[in-house]
Amino acid sequence: MSNLWKISGEGRSAVYLPGLDVPETPIPAELRREEEPNLPEVAEMDLVRHYTNLSRRNFSIDTHFYPLGSCTMKYNPKVNEVTAALPGFRNAHPYQGDELSQGAIELLYRMQEQLSAISGFDATSLQPAAGAQGELTGILMIRKYHEERGELEKRRKILVPDSAHGTNPATATMAGFQSKEIPSDKHGNIDLAALKAECDETLAGIMITNPNTLGLFEENILEVIDAVHRAGGMVYGDGANFNAVMGIVKPGELGFDVMHYNVHKTFTGPHGGGGPGAGPVSAGAALKDYLPGPIAYKKADGYELKQPPKTIGRMKLFYGNFGILVRGFTYISMLGAAGLRDVTENAVLNANYLKALVAEKFPAAYDRSCMHEFVTRGDIAPGIHTLDIAKRLIDYGFHPPTIYFPLIVPEAIMIEPTETESRETIEAFAEAMNKIADEAVNAPDLLHNAPASTAVKRLDEAGAVKKPVLRY
Amino acid sequence: MSFISNMPKDREIMLKKIGVSSVEELFKDVPADKRFPKVEMPAPLSEPEILLELSRLSAKNASAECYDWFLGGGVYNHFVPSVIGALITRGEFLTAYTPYQPEVSQGTLEAIFEYQTMISELTGMDVVNASHYDGATALAEAAIMSVRSTRKRNKVVLAPGLHPEYRDVIETYFQGLDMELADGEIDDQTAGYIVQNPTWTGEILDVKAEAAKAHDAGAMLIVHTDPISLGVLEAPGACGADIVTAEGQSLGVGMNWGGPMLGIFATTEKNIRKMPGRIIGETVDHNGNRGCVLTFAAREQHIRREKATSNICSNQGLAALSAAIYLAALGKSGFRKVAELSWHKAHYAASEIGKLDGFSLKTKGHFFKEFLVETPVAAERIFAQLKDKFILPGLPVSRLGGADNELLVCVTEVNSKEQIDRLVAALKEVK
Repeated sequence: MSNLWKISGEGRSAVYLPGLDVPETPIPAELRREEEPNLPEVAEMDLVRHYTNLSRRNFSIDTHFYPLGSCTMKYNPKVNEVTAALPGFRNAHPYQGDELSQGAIELLYRMQEQLSAISGFDATSLQPAAGAQGELTGILMIRKYHEERGELEKRRKILVPDSAHGTNPATATMAGFQSKEIPSDKHGNIDLAALKAECDETLAGIMITNPNTLGLFEENILEVIDAVHRAGGMVYGDGANFNAVMGIVKPGELGFDVMHYNVHKTFTGPHGGGGPGAGPVSAGAALKDYLPGPIAYKKADGYELKQPPKTIGRMKLFYGNFGILVRGFTYISMLGAAGLRDVTENAVLNANYLKALVAEKFPAAYDRSCMHEFVTRGDIAPGIHTLDIAKRLIDYGFHPPTIYFPLIVPEAIMIEPTETESRETIEAFAEAMNKIADEAVNAPDLLHNAPASTAVKRLDEAGAVKKPVLRY
Repeated sequence: MSFISNMPKDREIMLKKIGVSSVEELFKDVPADKRFPKVEMPAPLSEPEILLELSRLSAKNASAECYDWFLGGGVYNHFVPSVIGALITRGEFLTAYTPYQPEVSQGTLEAIFEYQTMISELTGMDVVNASHYDGATALAEAAIMSVRSTRKRNKVVLAPGLHPEYRDVIETYFQGLDMELADGEIDDQTAGYIVQNPTWTGEILDVKAEAAKAHDAGAMLIVHTDPISLGVLEAPGACGADIVTAEGQSLGVGMNWGGPMLGIFATTEKNIRKMPGRIIGETVDHNGNRGCVLTFAAREQHIRREKATSNICSNQGLAALSAAIYLAALGKSGFRKVAELSWHKAHYAASEIGKLDGFSLKTKGHFFKEFLVETPVAAERIFAQLKDKFILPGLPVSRLGGADNELLVCVTEVNSKEQIDRLVAALKEVK
């Protein structure tokens, strides 16, 4: 395969820069780098072809159904790209001052209000850059809350259900807490007895994803939250699955104290091959003063940026991943409250429909109606594993679901169709799944050798670690 | 309008297959008294309405193309070649996610592998990850990594000259950890020593001397740098840095009112396993064909959970792609030229401003594209007077807790001589 250096030729460049129009000031030799960086040298057309050809080696939402569980790979409206590129957003500077940033600050303010309204919280900070940073934000807020009450020294424990994303326990560690895993019961809920046994004076809080990563709404959510609050703990909501509850229930009204959103999941920020995302955080009465910032406030003659009174500080530079927030604001403003509820209803309908269509060959791990996603298993025939099913789906033109997660379901396949897929697409995917189930029995090598249709076949991941090659 | 394909007729077919009579029935696990709450929000806007509304908001902001622009201080107005926007908005890049399935993600994987290569070339470091949220979070994670890599030491020392907001972010990240952030001298408890070069007020430091200081005390040297400066200045890797971080916003990402930015993170080969963030590596498929994969995942949260090197999951992938396209588009000579133009123009501006009565250059020693000026009146006052002439003269450092009479002026390749002369003429007239 070609690469940037193979298409390079000495002296080529794809950018026309202005000439030098001021007197030269010599750069002292002792400051100059000894070795010039070996950057490529390519003409613009060759550059465009290189990246266009690379892009064609990706599956994406724009090209393929992408039912990656817990990632909410819904359609990203094109209008978002237009609004985010408006010159006053794209070419504005974070230090130009409130007076020259009134449009941007107003946008932040209105989006803070939108998110608080959907989730039933009192205040919102748009600063965190992604879901994991939103989690760290929430746990640091809980930490400061206990610290100000003089209880931090004894409250060292954050509870994390065993179905949680890996970011939850990793976040607890980064905030200086010990995470303690709580098992799930046979219905896929948090095991209440196990939870209550941990609700003591060492409890700082709990991190709950609801619906959880099994795609199930926590049936005992009120009891769970009550038990944690009674022990003096705070309840963190991981909003990765917020697409399942908009207009259905407000986490703030259930008793959650603080929660993050993933703008790149629920609110159509593009996933960008890994990011940037945006991970705003909302909080209720107990924690809202600890939000990071600055955040936007309304004043008599406009808008201003300020730190909340007891803020934990800055999570990142400036005011968040603003360009992603513009996209989210565009989307939320176009949908309104009814539109968002419509999104959730259709996301849950699509997931339950798909679950029903594959139920015979791929029964759900828990026999309940699901929310926006469901989990099944891939060990459906002797010698067949989830990885084989996933790779065979590629040959049928589908991006594989999330696999081997959540950890509590062996050989897990986690499927999230999202609301933007049509009935026909869901049916085509179900048909492929069911065909693969037959192949697993009748022609298992088709699975073991899959994918057959891609430019590269299964890659040796162990080899990549054994002999690391991390650059050309 | 919810971007939904399914129509009532489809829903009817689907509900029937599921075996329920209404969508509401699917939500029976939600506590009944909390179900279907009233949500108060403004009425939805159509596409023309939202475009008008946001154009109106956008127009209330100052944007760089309408001003003679000398404002920097961590976010810089470097030229963004048109080819970047054209390529990163291709749906195949824009709407893919983290490349968990390498066979259908070679585009993203290869592009980031090339990014890692080019950043490795710039910084002179062996290993580069696939990015952090911004320069400050990259630096905070570098500080944490230095403590975790050094036995029985928990202190990170800051050399003078670190951007105040970077310090704030590190302090936030340190809140829950048994790690101490200190100014001043390195001692035998110091795990990491952070040097920003050029400093946030522009001064170029002797990084080799700083490296010797750190290494003599058994500490790691963490250098935070401006990637554009590496077009001419010595690579931190060649000066002995153990970890290099940088804000990559200048590399074709744009200003975006401060986000998205791009956190660059690089280190030496022996530190791979302690490094946070995703890493792309080369391997072969079972036919022996070359391909790329996410590698060293055993460090990461989805495998290692509470023992992970960081909780980072989403990164700034598309911004890293922008930086890769930027570096490839400029190429060897173009990238050097951006750095040289910035240098010459900044030095011309500094020399002309230095000739004005009451103005003097405060940055000591050498500087690259940014310098601190002492002003005869408060810098905020200058900012207020010049903005009405459509000139943003620089950053009054009092906005970040600095002195009132100091202005941080930034000059890049996009500033013409004519613009610089207008700035100088306008400064001459401030009252």
